[in-house]
Amino acid sequence: MLNRVVITGIGIYSSIGKDLSETADSLYKGKSGIILDPERKKYGYRSGLTGFVESPNLKGILDRRSRIMLPEQGEFAYMSTAEALRVAGIDQDFLDSHDVGILFGNDSSAEPVIAANDLIREKGDTIMVGSGSVFQTMNSTVTMNLSTIFRLKGVNFTISAACASGSHSIGLGFLFIKHGYQDCIICGGAQEINIYSMGNFDALGAFSIREDEPHKASRPFDKDRDGLVPSGGAATVILESMEHALKRGATILGEVIGYGFSSNGSHISNPTIEGPQKALEMALKQSGIKAAEIDYVNAHATSTPAGDASEARALSNVLGGSRPFISSTKSMTGHECWMAGASEIVYSMLMMKHGFIAPNINFDTPDDDSALLNITPITVEKDIDVFLSNSFGFGGTNSTLIVRKWKSN
Amino acid sequence: MTKQEIAEKIIPFFVEEFEIDESLIVPDANLRDTLQLDSLDFVDLVVVIESNFGFKVKQGDFQNISTFDDFYNYVETRINAPEEPNAN
Repeated sequence: MLNRVVITGIGIYSSIGKDLSETADSLYKGKSGIILDPERKKYGYRSGLTGFVESPNLKGILDRRSRIMLPEQGEFAYMSTAEALRVAGIDQDFLDSHDVGILFGNDSSAEPVIAANDLIREKGDTIMVGSGSVFQTMNSTVTMNLSTIFRLKGVNFTISAACASGSHSIGLGFLFIKHGYQDCIICGGAQEINIYSMGNFDALGAFSIREDEPHKASRPFDKDRDGLVPSGGAATVILESMEHALKRGATILGEVIGYGFSSNGSHISNPTIEGPQKALEMALKQSGIKAAEIDYVNAHATSTPAGDASEARALSNVLGGSRPFISSTKSMTGHECWMAGASEIVYSMLMMKHGFIAPNINFDTPDDDSALLNITPITVEKDIDVFLSNSFGFGGTNSTLIVRKWKSN
Repeated sequence: MTKQEIAEKIIPFFVEEFEIDESLIVPDANLRDTLQLDSLDFVDLVVVIESNFGFKVKQGDFQNISTFDDFYNYVETRINAPEEPNAN
C-alpha cells in the first residue's frame, strides 16, 4: 500500500526574508529583493544585478568544526532547516532516535573552489587551505554538512539538476516516502550568491541589464523582460508519511499529491514546450485531480524571453480553459536557481496558509504567450486548496509538484 | 624568538582558531585534549604554525608533542634550526 506524503515543516532564508514571517510579509506586499552590486561590474559581469542575501552569523550557534566546513549556501541551508524542524516540532532527541533522511538540491560551490585554488597557487602547498575546504567545495556539501550537524541516519544525498534541483529533491523525497522506504525526509534546495558563482552564467547574456531599476529588472511574462536576475538562499521542506506525522501528533501543513518529471531531449539551454508539458501532465495525472481544481500556479518563469514563452504555452496547453491564478515569485526574488524549486514550494505554502496569491510584480504588458494565462500583477486575497509549482533546468530537466491543503477530516 | 615570545604570539590564535578559554592554555596542559583536536584539526594546526612562524611542519613532527610546553620547544627548535628554510 502506498503512503500519503505530507508536509509538516517549512523554512526559508532568502532575499525577501530571513524567516517565514518576514518572507510572508514580503510576498504579500510584492517586495523585491534585488539590488545592483557594483562589485560584479568591477569583476567583469555584464549585469551587476543580483538578489541580496545577508550571511547569517553562526558563531555561538554552531561549533567551530561545523562552521569551517559550511560554504555560504550551507549556512543558508542550516538556517532554513533549523526553522523547518522547529515548525515540524522535530528536535534533536527525535532525530537521534529515528531514521530521518535528507535530500537537498545543490549544483555548485564555486567560491570555496576558487578561494582554495587561489591559495594553493599562492602558497604552493595544498595544506594551507585547511581542513574545512574540501567539505565546502563538493556539490554534496549541503547534505554532507547538515547530515553531520543534525546527526541524521536516513537517506542522504544531493540532487544536482540545475534550476530544478530543489523541486526534484522534494519529488524524490515524495517517492521515497510514498513507497515506504523512509518515514521522514528533510528536503530542500540551496543556492550560493557570491560573486564567483554566476560569472559563467552571466557570460551567456541571460541576465537582465535593467540596472537603473533593480526592483523592476525581474519581470517574468512581461513583454519588456530582458533576462533573469540571479539570486540565492535556501529553503527546506519536511516531508513525512501521513501515518508517521499523525502518530507523533505533528501539525500537517499540506499534502504532496503529484510529482511529474521529464527531459526535453533537446538543446542544453533552449527550452521546449513539450518537455514541461509532459511533466505537467504526469503530475496532474498522478494527483488524480482535474486541472480546474488547481487554484494557483507558481510558475518557473525566470524573466527570459524564450523560457517564459514556452512555459506559458505549456501551461495553456495543459490547464486550458481553467485559467488558475498564476504568478512567478521570481519577479520579487530573482532566480534562486538550485534552490528555486524548494523555495517556491515554501512561498506557495505561505500563500496557502495566509490565504493570498502573491503578485507577479512588474507584469505590466502581456505578450502573445502570457496573454493566454491568468497572471496576476497584484496581490489577490484567495483561499488556495491546491497549487502547482514548475521548475525547469539546463539540460532540459523538468519537474512539477502539486500540493493540496491539509484538511484534518 | 624565545619560548615566551612564541607563546605570546600563538595563544591568541589558539583562542581564536579553536575557540577555547585562554586560561586553559598553560605549559603543562595536554595540547590535543585542551584544543580538542581531532584528525582534521591537525591540518588546521599546521596552517596556524606556517602562517605564524613561516616554516613547514614535517610529517611525524607532532608525535613527540604532548603539552603546550613541548609545542613551544618544538617551534623554538624549528625556528632556530639553520638547515630549515622558511616557507614562502
